[in-house]
Amino acid sequence: MIELVQVGKRFGQRWAVQDLTCSVEPGEVLGFLGPNGAGKTTTMRIVTGYMPPTTGSVRVAGIDALDDPVRLKTRVGYLPEIPPIYGEMTVRGYLLFVAEMRRVPRHRRRRHVDEVMERTGVADVAGRLAGRLSRGYKQRVGLAAALVGDPPVLVLDEPTAGMDPRQIIEMRQLIRSLAGQHTVLLSSHILPEVASTCQRVLIINKGRLVAQDTPDNLSARLGGRRHLRLEVRGGRAEVEAALSEVPGVSAVRFAGGGGPGTTVVELELAPGTATPQTAPGDGSAATAPGIAPDVREAVFFAMARRQLPILEMRSVDMSLEEVFLQLVTHEELEPAPPAR
Amino acid sequence: MVFLAISGYFFSVILLATRVADLRPYFLNLGVILLLVTPLLTMRSLAEERQSHTDELLMTLPATPAQVVVGKYLATLALYAAFLALTGVYPALLFWLSDPPAGPILASYLGALLLGGTFLAVGILTSSMTDSQMVAGLTCFGLILLLWVVNWLAFASTGAVAEAARVLAVFDRFDDFTKGLIDSTHVLFYLSAIFVLLFLSVRNLERRTWM
Repeated sequence: MIELVQVGKRFGQRWAVQDLTCSVEPGEVLGFLGPNGAGKTTTMRIVTGYMPPTTGSVRVAGIDALDDPVRLKTRVGYLPEIPPIYGEMTVRGYLLFVAEMRRVPRHRRRRHVDEVMERTGVADVAGRLAGRLSRGYKQRVGLAAALVGDPPVLVLDEPTAGMDPRQIIEMRQLIRSLAGQHTVLLSSHILPEVASTCQRVLIINKGRLVAQDTPDNLSARLGGRRHLRLEVRGGRAEVEAALSEVPGVSAVRFAGGGGPGTTVVELELAPGTATPQTAPGDGSAATAPGIAPDVREAVFFAMARRQLPILEMRSVDMSLEEVFLQLVTHEELEPAPPAR
Repeated sequence: MVFLAISGYFFSVILLATRVADLRPYFLNLGVILLLVTPLLTMRSLAEERQSHTDELLMTLPATPAQVVVGKYLATLALYAAFLALTGVYPALLFWLSDPPAGPILASYLGALLLGGTFLAVGILTSSMTDSQMVAGLTCFGLILLLWVVNWLAFASTGAVAEAARVLAVFDRFDDFTKGLIDSTHVLFYLSAIFVLLFLSVRNLERRTWM
């Protein structure tokens, strides 16, 4: 339904997107994940026909973006990051305008707009000025505008931004309900959100594709590493010295918080230590799922030897955001791919 | 509103001062009003779309940049024409009071429509260049002011410069209309000016997406 082939977009000297190739099947919900400035919005704008790509080709529903942008636009509904709302119009008036622009036949327009408002939960504010609505409502009115005219492809840029938790859940349900009838491309920087709404995830960083897979596979691949959080009474230097004796700790990060005279520290355990399926023999004997007991024991004894009382020790499941962040920063450390 | 108030004031004062049933002085002052009104009418049109991010909707709806620009232009032109139509009470009043020649008045209205239409196109162009309404309005104001005084150059210089200044002197052309003279070169000049200005605006919209 959506096909990007080696798409690149340059702004002045800077490439916002480079060499991006991907495709979305009809009825699929694809999540676009990446930190701010990764090129998500640019890519979406290219797919919607808002801007043409500098290199490569874009086809939506079989229509090339450069050949026939107007026809392409009839097939795509777009919810930008900032809902594009005319504040001085009522919600109904605004949606009727969009319906007219999308060539919904006159006699069907009113009923169609009513249906869309019902579906997106904005029917109760139909007569209010769109500019006076709360952020969450504006977002839903924006989604309603994208749905008007029933375009087969929906492009949603951060659809849950600025919503309260209940609205976010409703929005996700709504997006899931769109799968099948619509092909959806949505972006987010929140991993669980993508995991809960999308069938496939595409991770993008610095304008390049980093990974693409199903959410389950992705978390399985990335979720292995775990953290240990410690609160110790003692100075930072002592704690650091004690921890240096513990095998299987790959990184030590001092965090703020804790009372006076105490140090809060987060340990990142070496991959071999934490993942259940890793073979032993890399300095630790981790075989059980989760944190290997010996790491905790080693930490305990190391602290005890130096008379540093451990006030708290708990294992922290690495949040998906952190996993993602790691993946993204990890990619940065790798040498840049040659030739563009 | 303000347009009607100012033009009504001009009309009344001129009528009372001269006691002549003639709209020509009124129409000559129209230029001043247009200088103030057209930037206000047009500065929002495209600049605000960008500022409030609604251009992301507008440019992803099935419409070409040309359709967007022409649509915006016709909307402001319609508003201006409505204002102009409302000033029809002044000639009506004159006809009721006395018997002025109808030709120059009708020609003046045509001229006012063309002159105003040109200024509105200037405004659309400046509005397509920036996402600040203020900048768009002031630039439009400045350009119209320049067009107003460009005929001074025609007197102050000779040769090609003077010639160019005479071509651009939109107010001198308008002057002929108020005399009841509909010169087809003037009509063509205004229409082609409008076309060029709108064409440049379309190019601006397109260029913006290519950058």
